[in-house]
Amino acid sequence: MPAQFEDVVVETDLLILGGGMAACGAAVEAAYWAKKHGLKVTLVDKAAVDRSGAVAMGLSAINQYIGLKDGQNTVKDYVEYVRNDLMGITREDLVANIARHVDSTVHLFEKWGLPIWKDEQGNYVHEGRWQLMINGESYKVVVAEAAKNALLQDGVGQIFERVFIVGPLMDGDRCAGAVGFSVRENKFYVFKAKATIVAMGGAVHVFRPRSVGEGLGRAWYPPWNAGSSAYFTIQAGAEMTCQEVRFIPVRFKDAYGPVGAWFLLFKSRATNALGGDYMVERRDELEKWAPYGRVKPIPANLRNWLGMLDVMEGKGPIYMRTEEAIAKIAEQYKDDPKLYQKKMRELENEAWEDFLDMTISQALLWAATNVEPEKKPSEIAPAEPYFIGSHSGASGAWVSGPEDLQTDESRPLYFWGYTNMSTVKGLFCAGDASGASSHKFSSGSCTEGRIAAKSAIKFIVENNTMPNVDEAQVKAWKERIFRPLELFEKHKNETTDPDINPNYIRPRMFMFRLQKIMDEYAGGVSAQFSTNEALLKRALELLGYLKEDSEKLAAENLHELMRCWENIHRMWQAEAHVRSVLFREETRWPGYYFRADKPKMDEENWRVFVNCRWDPKTGEWQMFKRPVIRIFD
Amino acid sequence: MAPIAAFQKGEIMPSYVNVEKCDGCKALDRTACQYICPNDLMVLDREKMKAYNRDPSMCWECYNCVKICPTQAIEVRGYADFIPMGASVTPMRSTDSIMWTVKFRNGQIKRFKFPIRTTPEGSARPDGGFETADTDLSSPVLFTEPASLGLPEVFTLKK
Ligand SMILES: Cc1cc2nc3c(=O)[nH]c(=O)nc-3n(C[C@H](O)[C@H](O)[C@H](O)COP(=O)(O)OP(=O)(O)OC[C@H]3O[C@@H](n4cnc5c(N)ncnc54)[C@H](O)[C@@H]3O)c2cc1C
Ligand code: SF4
Ligand code: SF4
Repeated sequence: MPAQFEDVVVETDLLILGGGMAACGAAVEAAYWAKKHGLKVTLVDKAAVDRSGAVAMGLSAINQYIGLKDGQNTVKDYVEYVRNDLMGITREDLVANIARHVDSTVHLFEKWGLPIWKDEQGNYVHEGRWQLMINGESYKVVVAEAAKNALLQDGVGQIFERVFIVGPLMDGDRCAGAVGFSVRENKFYVFKAKATIVAMGGAVHVFRPRSVGEGLGRAWYPPWNAGSSAYFTIQAGAEMTCQEVRFIPVRFKDAYGPVGAWFLLFKSRATNALGGDYMVERRDELEKWAPYGRVKPIPANLRNWLGMLDVMEGKGPIYMRTEEAIAKIAEQYKDDPKLYQKKMRELENEAWEDFLDMTISQALLWAATNVEPEKKPSEIAPAEPYFIGSHSGASGAWVSGPEDLQTDESRPLYFWGYTNMSTVKGLFCAGDASGASSHKFSSGSCTEGRIAAKSAIKFIVENNTMPNVDEAQVKAWKERIFRPLELFEKHKNETTDPDINPNYIRPRMFMFRLQKIMDEYAGGVSAQFSTNEALLKRALELLGYLKEDSEKLAAENLHELMRCWENIHRMWQAEAHVRSVLFREETRWPGYYFRADKPKMDEENWRVFVNCRWDPKTGEWQMFKRPVIRIFD
Repeated sequence: MAPIAAFQKGEIMPSYVNVEKCDGCKALDRTACQYICPNDLMVLDREKMKAYNRDPSMCWECYNCVKICPTQAIEVRGYADFIPMGASVTPMRSTDSIMWTVKFRNGQIKRFKFPIRTTPEGSARPDGGFETADTDLSSPVLFTEPASLGLPEVFTLKK
């Protein structure tokens, strides 16, 4: 079977894996420095760069803008916000590095053609302190255009689309590139590179979604990001961090439409079915999570937690009180009906654009249930857990910070030569792929891609040799990658239904098996986001069988082959997660997960990073703590 | 798997293709919907020369296939397992704006129009017209900085 696949070997200086926000930022920055130094850049995406990744549909806000030039906020303000929102666990050097550059990226977005809202004075319209309102239907198209122009105009680079990246190539302890396959043609790709940037997003469908029928695809996080960043970096032997810090967004129920505009712009409240406001009624609970429970804004996971407590007490559903928010606005304009009508039209536009720009299904759901927000509240609910280190989660690879943002104490621990390089030589990470630097969102991820790219070019210039890739390694990958096709061919005619065959498992059922384990044992929706040591150990046992059976995945065609590998990627993300939740013997992010056997936060022993590393030589996992060091006081 | 096999036969799914309107992109190398779908779902049935969504339960209803189809053959029927029937949301995307028509189950119709970009398609200049940096690879200054920051210099702790 592998013989039917043509080998395509691509040699390049810098390899960018992924085509999302971070990868596009990397392409734009890399092209400039590569041209100066006579280097070549190659970008590879499993989809079409125009509409790939989490921003494929568009977005309605830029969630990270500091406002440095107008003195609105400082870098330190942002670091404090992130530190508190993550319950104290954050790499301040990494957060500050993104924050000091992010405005520059946003100003580029504007020049490229992204419509950012302006007020009469010409200032950006804020949704919240850090968020800017945009007309973002074509956000990704515009950013991808800049990336393509950067790589293709001067012949600095090339782009491969519809190539699914499976795993890393190694030269000893240095990353030497990547392998993958085309989902369109019978081609096996071998990318050899002096430095590699991983930017393949986070992971969804590791946990069972609330919808298990057709609506399975309507997770908050897009179904096409399947943990490839985590798999790639783990397989390369990189140290990983915050693998326990999953993200659970509370959104409009079922379609997961955004709530930001309602909370921030319209000042809406959420209440339980009895009309009680859990943010008020449960204020005392916040004390248990002090000092983080005392800060404003209240950390995302604690807000989730207070609502979850209501639901567990039988006070659900939880409602976004849209009718109340609109009535309050009406009250303000009661003496001026004309102005009121104008204001209402504006609000209606804003509310619907919020959905239409980034969660069209939510508009469909409101239309299908005849929702009139001024008359009736709408349900909100926590989604299943996701891995998205760029949003309010923090999972990703452990990377070096910049030298100039260290203290004497942090330098030996947080800095090793090249900004955003993982603990593996030549392997850089950005966006969802790099950990402990949460709240980068779209703008910060693009910025981090730029930072990683400049740093990777520096690495190449200072280590300007093509790593050695021995043929045996390439051959072994090729064997493994196409095995599911072979297995299917070999056995498909042995039973009357190709779906039911004792010799193999198809990727869809494999995914359901993974999701069942994670949901029931690792604190998914059906377990009310709660778990304990015994459950986690059982999860590991069951994941062990799953891992063995992953050798028996079967695929009928290239599309299904991609599904097989996506699920292997998810499985490794799952294992890193379970091991990290098990290792951290406390509950720090209730509302993301609750360790029922360790129900309290333990500042003395656990105000640390939980890091892990899978050793490619021995196949063993190591779990350990790394100190959290304050840089901004 | 049975229900999935049923889906694969035809046009019942979150994003679905109108049989009359789809012309298979005139049998060009690749169809527009296949080119754009971020999850590799849209495929062309070469016999019928019609496109279909091969795995509706992996569809995000991102509407990218809908927006790109040159014959407006693709629509979205909300996820059958939680969206009541009868509503529709239909985009018309031009080079600088998008028009949405939202039809409610009860027949009410709302229309919205939003800008999508402020520059001509294809014109995004990587440096955005900002002066490019005059620094070396070791400095933290990115290629359009400090100009694109609107500040005289990039923030640092080291002085
Ligand atoms: C529903 C939702 C709403 C959001 N709302 C906002 C908002 O309003 N404002 C905001 O600023 N941010 C928002 N974000 C966050 C923002 O989208 C992310 O922070 C950002 O996209 C992360 O960038 P990234 O490059 O790491 O990942 P992505 O942009 O997701 O890119 C990942 C890329 O990797 C590719 N890829 C994946 N696997 C492989 C593989 N195996 N081989 C090759 N390529 C692969 C994908 O095709 C994609 O191109 C939102 C996110 C979501 C999910
Ligand atoms: S883009 Fe439209 S016309 Fe072309 S194949 Fe797809 S559905 Fe048919
Ligand atoms: S709506 Fe999006 S995910 Fe669904 S088929 Fe169309 S392009 Fe693919």
